[in-house]
This record gives sequence, C-alpha cells and structure tokens, in this order.
Amino acid sequence: MSELITRPEPRIRQRSGRISCDTITLAHGGGGKAMRDLIEDVFCGAFANPILATLEDQARVPLAELAKWGNRLAFTTDSYVVHPLFFPGGDIGELAVNGTVNDLAVSGARPLYLSCSVILEEGFPVADLRRIVASMRRAAQAAGVHIVTGDTKVVERGAADKLFINTTGIGVIPAGVDIAVTRARPGDKILVNGYIGDHGVAILAAREDLGLTVPIESDTQPLNGLIETLLMACPSVHCLRDATRGGIATVLNEFAQSADLCINLNETTIPVREAVRGLSETLGLDPLYFANEGRLVALVPADCAAAALAAMRAHPAGTHAAIIGEVSDGPKGSVIMHTAFGGERIVDMLVGEQLPRIC
Amino acid sequence: MKYVDEFRDPAKAAALLKEITSLAMRNPVCATRPLQFMEVCGGHTHSIFKYGIEQMLPDSIEFVHGPGCPVCVLPMGRVDDCIALAEHPNVIFATFGDAMRVPGSKKTLLQAKAEGADVRMVYSPMDALAIARNNTGRAVVFFALGFETTMPSTALTILRAEAERIDNFSVFCNHITIIPTIKAILDSPEITLDGFLGPGHVSMVIGSGTYEFIAGHYRKPLVIAGFEPLDILQSVWMLMRQLEDGRCVVENQYQRVVHDEGNARALEAVHTVFQLRPFFEWRGLGSIDHSGVQLRETYARFDAEKKYPVPNLKIADPKSCQCGEVLKGAIRPWQCKVFGTACTPETPLGSLMVSSEGACAAVYNYGLIDLGQILKQRAAAVDASPSAQPV
Repeated sequence: MSELITRPEPRIRQRSGRISCDTITLAHGGGGKAMRDLIEDVFCGAFANPILATLEDQARVPLAELAKWGNRLAFTTDSYVVHPLFFPGGDIGELAVNGTVNDLAVSGARPLYLSCSVILEEGFPVADLRRIVASMRRAAQAAGVHIVTGDTKVVERGAADKLFINTTGIGVIPAGVDIAVTRARPGDKILVNGYIGDHGVAILAAREDLGLTVPIESDTQPLNGLIETLLMACPSVHCLRDATRGGIATVLNEFAQSADLCINLNETTIPVREAVRGLSETLGLDPLYFANEGRLVALVPADCAAAALAAMRAHPAGTHAAIIGEVSDGPKGSVIMHTAFGGERIVDMLVGEQLPRIC
Repeated sequence: MKYVDEFRDPAKAAALLKEITSLAMRNPVCATRPLQFMEVCGGHTHSIFKYGIEQMLPDSIEFVHGPGCPVCVLPMGRVDDCIALAEHPNVIFATFGDAMRVPGSKKTLLQAKAEGADVRMVYSPMDALAIARNNTGRAVVFFALGFETTMPSTALTILRAEAERIDNFSVFCNHITIIPTIKAILDSPEITLDGFLGPGHVSMVIGSGTYEFIAGHYRKPLVIAGFEPLDILQSVWMLMRQLEDGRCVVENQYQRVVHDEGNARALEAVHTVFQLRPFFEWRGLGSIDHSGVQLRETYARFDAEKKYPVPNLKIADPKSCQCGEVLKGAIRPWQCKVFGTACTPETPLGSLMVSSEGACAAVYNYGLIDLGQILKQRAAAVDASPSAQPV
C-alpha cells in the first residue's frame, strides 16, 4: 500500500478509444472523437509511458530527473520525409527515432525524451501507420528513450506525400564532456564506426527501378550506446557528428571548414561494402556522399586513437570501425583524399544531389 | 573488387610512372614546353581527376580536356527546347540524371521540374519506353544525348517501340558524333596537341579504324584508352613511346573492350534509325558540319522535334565564357576569366562547369589548385593593365 502512495508517476488511464476503419480520413485530424481514438489506439497504446499517459498538452519532466545525468540540456529536432516509407533494413519510424537520438548523442548527451509529430495524408492505411508506430516503439526501447508528447495532423490528399514525421529530442550532457568542432587539432585521427553508404544505397535501390538486385540494408541504428563506450575509452574525443544526408564527405568538409584545418583521408582504409562500391562504379556515384543513418565520424587525439578504435570495434554498432585519416595543418578548409592509386584529389561538398553520369 | 582493383594497382602505377618520367626526360620537346595530350572523352577527364593522375605525372606532361562530355557541349538553345517539351502539359520528359542541372537560357530541367513539369530521371532509354508503356494516356519524350556510346541504345529503343507499336513514345535527339569534332579541333589554328587518348566506349561501337586520318593526315599519335587509372597511365606511356620512336599510329590500349571493327550490330541499329544532320551546334565550339544525327524519315513519328513545336532558337554562349578555348586546349580551365568567380558548380555559366565530366567542374571539385592564389594573380593582372575590363 505504501509503495502505491509514494510512486511519483500518475496512473495510466484505461483507454477505450479504438480505430475501426482501414484508412485515415480528414476526421482523424478534426480534433473530435475520431482524432482522440487515433491517438489513444495507435500512439498511446504503443508508446505507453506515464508522462504521455496524462494526455496533457505538454510533457512534464521533473528537473531533478534531468539534472541527475549532467549539467547541460541538449535539444534537437528533425523531420523525416523518406520515400519509400518502408525500405530494406528499416522504415521511416525507426529512422525518426534513431535520427534524433543520434543528433543528441553526438554531443555526448544521454538522450532521454522525444516528441513525435505526424502529418498524415488522407487515405493513408491505418495498418501501415500501426507498423510505423510499432517500429518507433521498438527503436525507442532499443535506444532507451521515451516518446512523451506528440501531435497528429491529417491533410487532404495531395497536400503531403503519405506521411511525414517530426521528432524533437532532449538529452543531458554529463559534466566534463566537451565535444565541439572547434576542438579539432592537427594530428587528430579520424574514425568511422563501420561501412559507409549502406542507407543511401538501400534507399536508391528501393526507389529506382534499377533492374539490379542490391543485397544492402539500411544501417539505421541508435549510436548513443556506442558513443558512451567511446567516451569511456577516450574521454577527450574532440569532434563527433553523425554522417546522414551528404554522407561522410559533407561532415568532413564541415569539420575542415569550421576548424579551419585540413582533413586527409586514406582511401584504402575507408570501409565500403563490395555491393556499395559496385553500385557506385556502375552508376558513377561516390559512396562518400551516400546518406548513412547509423554512422558517426569522430576526431580523436592521436594518443587515444587505438583505444577509441578498440572500444568501437567491441561494440555491436561499431564492429567494422576504422581509422580513415588524420587532421593536418595543410590547405585550410579542405578535405584531401589520398587515393588507393597513389594520387590526390579534393573531396568537396556536393552542390545538389548526386546525379548518375550518362556513360 | 574483382575486375576493377586490378586496374588500380599502385605498384604497377609506380612502375609505369617511372618509365613515363624517363621517357619525358629524354623527349626534346619537354625541355621547351609541356607535351599536351588531349583526352577526348569526358569519362577520361573524370578518371584523371578522381584518381589524381595529373599530379602523378611529371610537370612536362599536360592533359587537355577535350569535347567528349555530351552534357557539356549541348548548346543552351537545345536545353531551352528540352524545357519547352518538358513543360508541355501532357508530356512526361525522361532524361539521364546529369542533364538535369544543365543551364538553359532561363532555367534548368531541375527548375522546370520544381515548377511542375513532369521530368523523370532514367538510367536507360528502355526505362523511358517502360514509362510510355505504363502511361498510355500521356506522351513520353526521351532526351537522347551522347556520342556513339549511347546512340545504339536509343536506336534499339526506337526499334522496340516500333515493334511494340508504342506510339506515345518519342525521342528528342541530341546525339552527336565524335569524328567531325576531332577534325574541327585539329583544323583550329591554336592547337599545339602532341597526341590523343582516344575514346574507349565510343570506339567499342565504331572500332579503331576510323581514327586513321588523325595519325595519317594530321600526324598526331592516338591511343584508344580504357577508363581505369592504369589504363590511362599505360596509354600515356604508349603515346610517349610513339613520340620517342618517331612513330605516329593508332594504337589500342583498351583491347579487352574495343575491337578494330567495332560492334557491327550496334552500328547496324544506328544506321537503320539515324542519319547525319547537315550541321549541329556545339556549345563552346560553334556549328560543326555533319556532327549530329537525327531520326530518319521512316521513324519521324518517334521524333519529338517533328511531333511538338520547339522554339529551336540559337542562343549565344555568354560573352565572358571561354569554354571553347578550354575545349581546344588553348587555355587551361583555371585560366578562364570567370573560373571560380562568376562560374562555379553552384552557378555554372559555361557548360564545362556543369557535369562532373566537364573539365572545369572536375578541376574545381577535384583539382588540387589554390583558388585564392589564382584569384589574387588575376586581380593583380587586371590592376597592372589599366585597359583591362574587370569581368
């Protein structure tokens, strides 16, 4: 009895709302009973946690709960509009959780709470929505975060492409952790946690009718566990970023330009799967620019690079980690690839999307 | 990766470079000026920059990046025609990816798409035909471009469309042919070329015999080259050997793909469907006789130019643009007045800045050049000559 009285969380209300139709209609965004049924049946059921269960207009998080993890709040937001919604190795729901978790984690923060805001096109199948929400739940569990607030909107057919998700996340950065692009120094080693380009290729293969069988799955995964392990092995990590759109080439250019240093890459050491290389060769694309959804690039001081690499490789999210280059005080703001063939070239930012070459 | 890594072996590259360097040291021309070899094909330009081959060679050997990027040499007026076709309300306009960013006089296909035109990226003309098959109520226009490399696949697609009686499919034909253009470059007075890397994929179709006049009449050695970095180095070595021996012939380094007689079936399809145009406009080079092809009268119903009204306007290249001089090797990309300032990959003024196969884009993106230094030198040159107009 006394245990029940001291429990801080509000009791989870019994839900009666159920959605009975097969497709989303404008009524589900109308603010009335249909919307409430949708939220209670699809979202609250899946994300079940005491903060969400209060169904207030906002999530209420005790400051003490945050403060026990560190001394700074990390706060980020991202919108997910991937096409197709389901692809080999994942779906938009998993992406929406992992992407925001990773944006928090690369600051060294412990990701804690997420919001989930969904824009649905009328006519969207309820079964697909359930499938996406279920994978958000699994991803949140895997990353150890709670989805504590959210919103749904339904727009007319044609006003959105099936379903968009926005997630916002908060996390807490432990005292003493200071990861910032300005901390890059000449001599720093550059690490990635595995094969690059898998997500971009999986999406490309799922989207385009290439007439090729590409045995590649998206690399979507949470990186917070890996980063925690990395920081234990090498607390003085200088820079961390997850390489999503624009690939590792874009992240490395951001590092080079913000820190006004030169990044030197060694082509032979960059982990790229054979199938990704093959597709890139066939289409005239470059894996350095393919999107990733579970890959980080780290700049660490040379003296702890070996420890950092070993720690990453020992973690399931970093089995194929590698040191791919180092920072120097060469031409400032540039990324130079030392090719396997023995030459050198600049790796620049992309202007737009990568476009396949004609011949 | 099998069949690829063998052609990127750094140890073999080092051995070839050693040989090339000693050949260059013995070559009397190298004492006075760099030897200039033109790689005709855009695929070679791409490889040269991607693998950093130019920096590996001795300074006494330079590549001149030739006219072999079909996207780059497409004149603005033709891009405007594409956009007019794409904006036709019932048209689905199918194109290769890298043509989407080529600037017309007002916009690119990418911008036209954003404004509502139905522009779709395809990987082959057969993909475009499949779109036509699946959209019988719409008219599908395929933007056909490229040299003899892509010509056979367009021809075969038209033959297939004919066989299947798919009448909502047509082709906006911008195929061009390489030989008259090489000839035009060789006839140009500014040329100091010492040899050619001949195109690999084009030669796979047309064979190697076609180039004899380059060695015979113009006295320039030519080596048909593959696209892997060792292919290119070996071809340079073969050119250097010809110069050393005082020979001037057509040689074939790319024997694993190119046969002397070419591909008879591909050529047959091309001849069935296409005929030479009297002349065709090239961006940067002007009009060149018999340098383009069009559909024969028999296939007029697949010819988008005959099916739809196109503006067909001739639009002059921007005055400040020096693409023509770069294409002929008269100046190097970074010596152009607007390189890196008015003309960048974000805002390409000249065609060579557009495709990654374009010489200027390749230098800008991949080249180890100090842009700041070049701009400083250029500013100093303008200051020093009071009559010069800033660009």
